[in-house]
Amino acid sequence: MKIPYLLSVITWLPLVGALIILFAFKKDNARGIKRFATAWFGLVFLVSLALLAYNRAAGGMQFIEDCQWIPIIGARYQMGVDGVAVLLIVLTTLLGVIAALSSWEYIGKREQEYYVLLLLLQAAVVGVFASMDLFLFYLFFEVSLVPMYFLIGIWGGERRLYAAIKFFLYTLVGSVIMLLGVLKMYFLTQDAALTGTITPAVMDNLAAAGTEARAVLDNARAAAGAGGTFNIMFLQALGSVLPMGTMQVLLFFAFAIGFAIKVPMWPFHTWLPDAHVEAPTAGSVILAGILLKLGTYGFFRFNLPMFPEAAKDLSYFHLFGATFGVRHIMVALAIIGIIYGALAAMYFVVVKDGDVKKLVAYSSVSSMGIVMLGLFALNPNGLNGAVLHMINHGIYSAALFLLVGIIYERRHTRKVSEFGGLSHVMPGYATVFLAMTMTAIGLPLLCVFISEFLAMRGAFEAQPWWAAWAALGIILNAGYMLWLYQRMFFGHVDNPKNENLSDMNGREWAYMLPLVLLSLWIGVYPKPFIEYVQRPVNAVVRQVRPDYPFQPSAPQQTPTTARVEHK
Amino acid sequence: MFLQANTTTLFSASDLQLIVPELILTLSACVVLVMEVILPRREHKWTAYAALGGVALSAVSLFLLWQTNRDNLPLNAFYGMVRIDGFALIFKMIFLLAAALTIAISVRYLEVEGEQRGEYYALVLFATVGMLFLGCGYDLISLYISLELMALTFYVLVGFTKRERRSNEAGMKYFLLGAFSSGVLLYGMSLLFGVAGSTNLGDISRSINVILTAPPLEGALNAGLPLRPLLLLAMIAVAAGLFFKLAAVPFHMWAPDAYEGAPTPVTAFLSTGSKAASFALFARIFLEALGGMRADWAPLVGLVAAVTIMVGNWAAVTQVNAKRLLAYSSISNAGYLLLGVIAANEYGYVGLVVYLLVYTLMNIGAFGVIISLRRRGLVGDNVDDFTGLGQKAPGMALMMTIFMLSLGGLPLTGGFIGKWFLFGGLLQRADADGKDWYIWLAVWAILNTVVSFFYYVRFIRVMYLGDGVADARPLSLSPALRAALVVAVVGVIVIGVYPQPFINLAQSLVSSLTGAASGAFALK
Repeated sequence: MKIPYLLSVITWLPLVGALIILFAFKKDNARGIKRFATAWFGLVFLVSLALLAYNRAAGGMQFIEDCQWIPIIGARYQMGVDGVAVLLIVLTTLLGVIAALSSWEYIGKREQEYYVLLLLLQAAVVGVFASMDLFLFYLFFEVSLVPMYFLIGIWGGERRLYAAIKFFLYTLVGSVIMLLGVLKMYFLTQDAALTGTITPAVMDNLAAAGTEARAVLDNARAAAGAGGTFNIMFLQALGSVLPMGTMQVLLFFAFAIGFAIKVPMWPFHTWLPDAHVEAPTAGSVILAGILLKLGTYGFFRFNLPMFPEAAKDLSYFHLFGATFGVRHIMVALAIIGIIYGALAAMYFVVVKDGDVKKLVAYSSVSSMGIVMLGLFALNPNGLNGAVLHMINHGIYSAALFLLVGIIYERRHTRKVSEFGGLSHVMPGYATVFLAMTMTAIGLPLLCVFISEFLAMRGAFEAQPWWAAWAALGIILNAGYMLWLYQRMFFGHVDNPKNENLSDMNGREWAYMLPLVLLSLWIGVYPKPFIEYVQRPVNAVVRQVRPDYPFQPSAPQQTPTTARVEHK
Repeated sequence: MFLQANTTTLFSASDLQLIVPELILTLSACVVLVMEVILPRREHKWTAYAALGGVALSAVSLFLLWQTNRDNLPLNAFYGMVRIDGFALIFKMIFLLAAALTIAISVRYLEVEGEQRGEYYALVLFATVGMLFLGCGYDLISLYISLELMALTFYVLVGFTKRERRSNEAGMKYFLLGAFSSGVLLYGMSLLFGVAGSTNLGDISRSINVILTAPPLEGALNAGLPLRPLLLLAMIAVAAGLFFKLAAVPFHMWAPDAYEGAPTPVTAFLSTGSKAASFALFARIFLEALGGMRADWAPLVGLVAAVTIMVGNWAAVTQVNAKRLLAYSSISNAGYLLLGVIAANEYGYVGLVVYLLVYTLMNIGAFGVIISLRRRGLVGDNVDDFTGLGQKAPGMALMMTIFMLSLGGLPLTGGFIGKWFLFGGLLQRADADGKDWYIWLAVWAILNTVVSFFYYVRFIRVMYLGDGVADARPLSLSPALRAALVVAVVGVIVIGVYPQPFINLAQSLVSSLTGAASGAFALK
């Protein structure tokens, strides 16, 4: 079934739902509101499944929409997705349903506003992934802050006001600096001397000849001469001719800071534990599952292809007699993030017997470090792993937050020291928790193994030492996760308050099972997922390193080799 | 010229046609004054609607003036005292909008204060006449007189609620400091006249270009005089006088007191109309008359802008009084608007005009919401008085949220579009001049917007996130206030989502300025 304006429908449908809730429901009809909202999220999810028809063999931007918007500054309403964005959008809509379903009992006040904001947040986030115009992207990117601010600020924990404003201002710092980068890139597209040197090979790599995307790209090129454009594909093409120097490095960092705070990379991560600890469960799910990916997606979509020279630079800085490059900085921050996140998680839980949510939050810092390392490995394995790890992290961290939320609803505490021997009381819960713990530590046959393996392999190909350091972080990861599981689930039930806890109910099973199954599916048979991301990833690698020697089994040949094997 | 005036008439009918909007406003101000005497006391609010009608008529005449003279702008009148060009027209539109919104939000406020009197509206109209002439003045004399007309009426307006001590204090402070700054400005203007030999902005611009490029002629009247230092001194004095009117640091000290003490609608008018008019004057003098000296004044204005943005934003963080907070916010916004003048290219001009337009809407809107909280026994101008507004009056709270996010410059609101152009202009200027400090100024300014969000979001926090309600009684709104708020919020959203027509309009009209200071920079 082909739905016209599919991306716009997926983006704006949540907004429609929000308006319906706002105007068609009475404030005190909480039951009706939460049922309707969940059903509406389900509807959006079903519609978004149509995106899976993305042509994986062709790659590039698809489902393209292109309308006039603000011609005087060259901003157009352009939407389009590649395989990476498809997966992220479907993950977003799936987590939307799950987040709504998980809030039924957790949220006890102001339900109407809550579900309206949840829907608005989804609209903004899907918009970020679906935009093919940088101006539009920026709009969604920044507007997504507002609903999240309210979600933390109204329904959060004790220090919610502090956490909400910290989240808001911290991420805002990054995005306002990015705004200057956006403006500068736009002015650069007006530079005919620069854009004239873009080669056909670059254009072909970003959008194959004859496709709809190519038509848009060609139009963008024409528009650039007549006054500039924000088309993302064209900006990427422009990146190939951007001279290396102070300007490119500054632009790289203008964008990088915006995204790094969102990721969050060490040392910009301090907002994350606060936000997670205070946010309601669904807020944490969306925050960890989706909002963090806005950052890594930004690196994938903008920093690598738009500033290829800076991204692969190894010698720009000369400081204290040492020579190092932009890529060194990014990789170093990624590795520090991996190890620091793991150590911090361990410290807060093992030593301080603290909040499980804090543990998951810090493990996110560590995980996102792996994504960043994979991205800056700048080879297909690394990027495939990184992109897949975005999805996988969305699955398992969301699941862990949900699990924490389930126990919190029963005990109203999240301190590790309060629990013990839960496997006797809540066997079903313990099983799901075990599955997710194993996923998080990268057990083979579960999804994280695939992505971590790929990312590490990519890092190893780039520089074996990078992979070695990252491996250290992964080992630490396994350490605290296993310790956490042992403390919470094994041994005797030594706290009388835990003796009569009820196991997961039907609703809770309903939102946990899809995540468990998905983890298993990606772990056992990742091929379809990799197929979605492979071509977009290769395009980025080719954009950054035009001379990269692709293996003969590279995707161009996939159809033929597959046929040979079949015989 | 003087001889000519003796032999011919002082002005012609065609000259008069060009100032019809001002004439209409002056007339309606007189009508309002007469009505005040005739009408019984409880019918005084009709004077407000008469004033509103006057503004509307004036706007219509302005529109007709624009339509009929579209293709032969600019037009000069009164021997170059008045110049109608696109720049003048668009600023006049902003002044009239500010005046209309101010009158609309005043009605209920004065009712509550028990000060519902026709003089108030007449004063607002007279101030607007001053603003309109500031928009189209093209001579130091006419500009100064218009400025004083506006300033004098504002001194009275700020102290209008004469039974309230804060208002009296504010009026006194504003008057003393304002008179002083007018003196400094006048001193600068006299120096400028001495150097350039004319009070006409065009003549001044030409003389300055001659002074800057050619050495003084041997034996000429001014031979041997150090004209360039004198010119710099004139520029600095004029700048200092104008910085006061704009409430730019270090001449901002009057603003918080005046804003807090003045009746709230006057504060709204002061922070939008008066500020816009001062910017019109600033842009006229610095871009047209002193356009040739841009290399000299740009670093000075840049420094002032950087400090203004910082002081305004950081000082606002600690305020508890909403009006005082918005006063500091208005100081910082003066800094942002200065960026457009510094950039002095089409992007900057569009930014200046669009941002002023949006600023007028969102600021009057914010003050309108503050007024809606006012009732007998509750001043309603502390940030805490907004507590629980999200529960009590969701529509009002939503509007306040939009105004605040727009003041901060969040996308999808008009504030973002304005800032977009202001910052874009700076980056373009950095490229054109090859100077990096413009870029760092932009970085500095944009980082400070994050600080501004801290205090704008405070309103949102107390409205939605706080527990309890400051005052459980429902708001009582007058239709005029309601209408003004709706106009403001719709304007802010429309400019944010679909700014195309506004940018187009701004671009086509401010292009009358682009020649003087910068050499034309195409928007595209």
